This record gives sequence, C-alpha cells and structure tokens, in this order.
Amino acid sequence: MDLQTTIYLVVGATFALYIGIAIWARAGSTSEFYAAGGQVPPVMNGMATAADWMSAASFISMAGLISNMGYGGGLFLMGWTGGYVLLAMLLAPYLRKFGKFTVPQFIGDRFYSKSASTVAVLCLLVASLTYIIGQMTGVGVAFSRFLGVSSEIGIYVGMGIVFMYAVFGGMKGITYTQVAQYIVLILAYIIPAIFISIQLTGNPIPQLGLGSNLIGQDISMLSKLDSVVTDLGFGKYTTTTAGSTLNMFVYTMSLMIGTAGLPHVIMRFFTVPSVAAARSSAGWALVFIAILYTTAPAVAAMAKTNLIRTITPGVVMQSADPYAADSQIQYEQRPDWMKRWEKTGLLKFEDKNGDGRIQYYNDKTKNADTAKKFEAAGWKGNELSVNADIIVLANPEIALLPNWVIALVAAGGLAAALSTAAGLLMAISSAISHDLVKGVFAPDISEKGELMTGKIAMAVSIVVAGYLGLNPPGFAAGTVALAFGIAASSLFPAIMMGIFSKKMNKEGAIAGMLAGLFITLFYVFAHKGLFFIKGTDYLPVIGGANSFFGITPEAFGAIGALVNFAVAFAVDKVTKEPPEHIQAMVEAVRIPRGSKAVDGAH
Amino acid sequence: MDKSASAYWSATLGLLTKILIVWFLVSFGAGILFADMLNGIHLGGYPLGFWFAQQGSMYIFVVLIFWYGKKMGEIDREFDVHEE
Repeated sequence: MDLQTTIYLVVGATFALYIGIAIWARAGSTSEFYAAGGQVPPVMNGMATAADWMSAASFISMAGLISNMGYGGGLFLMGWTGGYVLLAMLLAPYLRKFGKFTVPQFIGDRFYSKSASTVAVLCLLVASLTYIIGQMTGVGVAFSRFLGVSSEIGIYVGMGIVFMYAVFGGMKGITYTQVAQYIVLILAYIIPAIFISIQLTGNPIPQLGLGSNLIGQDISMLSKLDSVVTDLGFGKYTTTTAGSTLNMFVYTMSLMIGTAGLPHVIMRFFTVPSVAAARSSAGWALVFIAILYTTAPAVAAMAKTNLIRTITPGVVMQSADPYAADSQIQYEQRPDWMKRWEKTGLLKFEDKNGDGRIQYYNDKTKNADTAKKFEAAGWKGNELSVNADIIVLANPEIALLPNWVIALVAAGGLAAALSTAAGLLMAISSAISHDLVKGVFAPDISEKGELMTGKIAMAVSIVVAGYLGLNPPGFAAGTVALAFGIAASSLFPAIMMGIFSKKMNKEGAIAGMLAGLFITLFYVFAHKGLFFIKGTDYLPVIGGANSFFGITPEAFGAIGALVNFAVAFAVDKVTKEPPEHIQAMVEAVRIPRGSKAVDGAH
Repeated sequence: MDKSASAYWSATLGLLTKILIVWFLVSFGAGILFADMLNGIHLGGYPLGFWFAQQGSMYIFVVLIFWYGKKMGEIDREFDVHEE
C-alpha cells in the first residue's frame, strides 16, 4: 500500500473513533457540559489532561527546539512539567473543594466582587484565544502536509470534527475523546523514538539510550555529540544555556507558574469526583505528560546526531576528520528524505563554495581557532538550513521506518492539536456562557437555557478560532509568550492568594491582577509592538531589548507574578478586611470533608 | 493533640514547604544553578547537571505529586477531615 493511502486510512480511523465517542458521550445537563458530571476517574482524567495540555507545539516543535538549543532547551521540559507540582499542591484540590465550574467564578466568589470575576474572564479570554490561534494553524499545517489538501480545507475539517464532539458532548465528550487522542499521540511519539534509539545505541528505551554509548563505539552519544558540534563551531550540546543563567531561571519559573495558571488546564480538575481524586489526578496527568517529555530530549539529541551523521557519516560513527574534503557527503548522493523535505522549503541547501558537498556548521562561531579551521578547509558559509519543526515529523523517514509509522505520526500530530483546541474552546465557552451570560447579564436563565447558551458560545468560538486560524494575525508567533505571561502574572497569584491568604480582600486582589497584567503587557509590548501591531514597539522607553536584567519577554511572567503579589499585599494592608463569611468560606475550602459534586449555582 | 482547623492547616503548610524545597532543589538548583558543578559527575553517559535538567527533575516531580497525595491523605485522616 502506498504512503498516501496508509495515511488516509490511519487518520480516517482515528477520526471515526473520535466521532463515535462523541455520539456515545452526549451531554444532557450543564453539569455534564461544564464538568463531565464530576465523575471522571483520576487516571482517565490524568490522560485527558495530558492530551489537553500537550499541543501541536509539544508534539511537533519542542524536540526540534531542544535539538537546536541543547542543554538550555531543558527549560521547556522543567517549566512545563514543574508547573504540575504547583498545580497539584497549591490550586487543584482547593478549587475542586470549592465545587464550581469555572476559574472566574472562584475569583468572583472568593473576592466577593463582579469586577474581580470580570477581570478574570478578560484574562482567560485573551490567554485562551491567543493560544488557540496557534492550534488551529497547527491543524491546518498538519492536514496540508500529510493529506495533500490545502491548509484552508484542513482547518474546515478540523473545525467540523471539534464541533461534533465539543458542542454535543461538552466537557464529557471532550474528556473521553481526549483519552483516545492521548493514546494515539503517545504511540506516535514513542514508536519512532524506540526504533531510532535502537539504531544509534542498541538500547530500546530512549530515556536510557540518550545516556548510552554509540553502537560499536566506546564513547557515550552525548560526549560524541559534544565534540562533533564543537568542531562544527556550535556551543557544546550538554552545557549551552538559554541566554544567561538568570534568564533561564526566570524563564523556567514563568513557564511553571503559567502552566499552573492556564484556565483550560485548571478546569480539568473540576471533573473528578473528590478532593483526593484531584490530588492524584494531577500526578497521573504528569505521568502521562512525562512519558512524552522524557522522550523528547532523546529524540532531540538523536535527531541532531542523525542529521550530522547523514552529512558527515564517518565523523559520527568513526572518528574521521570533519574538515577533510571527503568527510562531507556529495549533494547528489543525499538520502531521499532530504529530497522530500526540500520540496516543502523547510530544508534548504545552497552550495556556497561550489564543491558539490554539503557543509553544515556554525559560520558565526566566536572561537577563532575553529573559524581558522573552517577557512583552511575552504568553507564559505553554512550551506544547509533545517527548520526545527521537521525534526519530529521527519524522524521516521530518517530512520527508514515503515509507512504505517509515518501515518501514525500524522495522526498523532492532529490528535495533539485537536485535543488542545477542544480544551481551550471549552474554557472560552464556559467563561462566556457561565461567567458572563449567567453571572452578569441574565442570572435567571434556566438550566436548559444555559446549556443552549453554552453550546451556542462553543459554536461561535469554533468559528472565531477557525477564522483566526485561516487569517492568523501577524502576531501569532509572539502570542504564546502573552498567554503564559497573563496566566502567570494575573490568574495564578489571584487564585493562590484566594486560598492561602484568608485576609486577602477584593481591593488587593483586583489591584494585584491589574498591576501584574499591566507590567507584563508593558514589557511584552515594548518588544513586540502595542497589541502586536508592527512598528509600535517602544524599546527605547525601557532602555533597549531585554533591558530588565537581560530577561526576554517570554520569560517575564514570573516578574509580573512577583509584582502582582507585592501590589496585592500592599493594597490589602491599607484597605479593610474581607467580610466574616468570606473568611469562613476560605476555611471551608481548605478542608476536604464535605466536598460535593460540582454545580454552577452562584 | 490539637485537632483544630489551624493545626490541620499548619500541618498542610509544613508538607507543602518540604515538597517545594525538593521541587526547587532538583529543578532550579541541580538543573540550573549548580548544573555546571554537577556536570563533572557522570551518570552513565549523562553529565549529572544535564540529566537533572532534561530527565531527573521530571521523574522527581512525578514522585513528589504522588507523595504529596499520600501524605495529605494521612494528614486528612489524622485530623478527621477526610471525605466520606
């Protein structure tokens, strides 16, 4: 069977599965629609959370980023997993005990203020919308690359599928589909990694393969990689940090706090039956996430090794001189996978010195000795550029794996993008129907009316997300920083203070959220332009790029969170205490006993 | 034995503090601040600092959450505030 037919079959089968689940798991009440009836077992909820959390970016881009960054890429691994420790201990069990459907509802009730909940709705909408644009674009890209249809058709098909199970099934449909999607995406990630690990190191477990010797050699893969990339002028793979150590520190912290504060992740913990289940569910979520996240660094380093091995076979597998002319392969003899990816434009070769061979190295190296060697070898600049996104997608082809594995990777990429998109849509539509319509505009709405409003809000959100995916505003790339920045600087501190400080009052919480939000937006916009409009950046005002101790805008969320805490406590000191019944409510939230099924009553 | 709500809360906070210290040490400590120093030690083919940043911290995070869940269950029962 040819590759294209296999891909259609595998992807088609997974879609049929998702739709089957959607028909089985229709939501009949608001409780089922918003929180899957509050009866999802912890292991299953963990799996759904993992699929919800791991987006197209985790599946496709992360290993490529680590491959380019080396050690510094660890900040994504630690940041995106360490946040679950915070979530499990600081937020999830208490929010589950509180027993309502949404994050803004907690903030509104705890700080006895409609304004607080409205600020929270605003933060939630901005964070979730900016996040979803990337997912829809990812769906389009995955469809167009694997199914040979245009990116537009890909987005329409994606919208249709999500519509079916999200609108009819609500959180219940989404949760059970995500369980299926997790299984598809994890198989698609692990299987090629196992094959590649065996090929390079003989060890079938990628996590161990990364720390093993190269096959037939007495040197570990990582030390070989270190010495090979150093010869080519790159930074040492196992020690190159992401910017300064301080930046890496703050960046990791921002991702952790941001992860814990992202509403579509927090919401998942409203679907479990008890407080104890919320605690263990976070652990299961992290187990399922860690299976992919501990494999990713192996995929990254092995892909880098494989890439250099393809170009200079003798240098990696024996110890040939990397600068000798016949060490590099001739362009005409490049393998087929390189030819296929050249067609997509994501892999490019330009013969700068006209010798017909591929030179892949860092021509901007600061090491004068290495630069001299490049010159002596007659190299005239790096000739191969490789887009980081192809690392995972091309993996099975590089390792010459059978067609069904390539088809599985296609299905896995789509599962990752669709599951995250559905989770985000759930967060957006519940904020609109439950917190805005029921909470502010029409408190007397009947359950049936609210369920209908929820479904309409969901349908509208899908269309808006699809539209933004088709016409991505020029700022799509920079917005993930914004989503994490907002979650870290406004939502996380507000929820945490709501639980851990009995005396925190509404003035403090609102001032804190606004201050954290403002300072983060101010710093991000200074680099990326006011509301991401090109040409409106104002770097001189803050004294140049990364002026705050060399911290990049992506890493600024942690600073925003600090400002939030500081302002909140300062304002809290000079305004009056929260009323008695609110303090009693905080006491009650802290204790597991008496937890009941979630309901939406205001 | 003080069974009051405030005693329960300080037991909870005590557990949180312990876990957060470990959480900080394995990621920000071993994975970032002391990574260079630890890289002198090897774990199989892994330099130790690199291992903490790209493998070890994640395994320890998983253990931390389950350990937290178990300990909290014990604290809940001790202070008689568990569910059911």
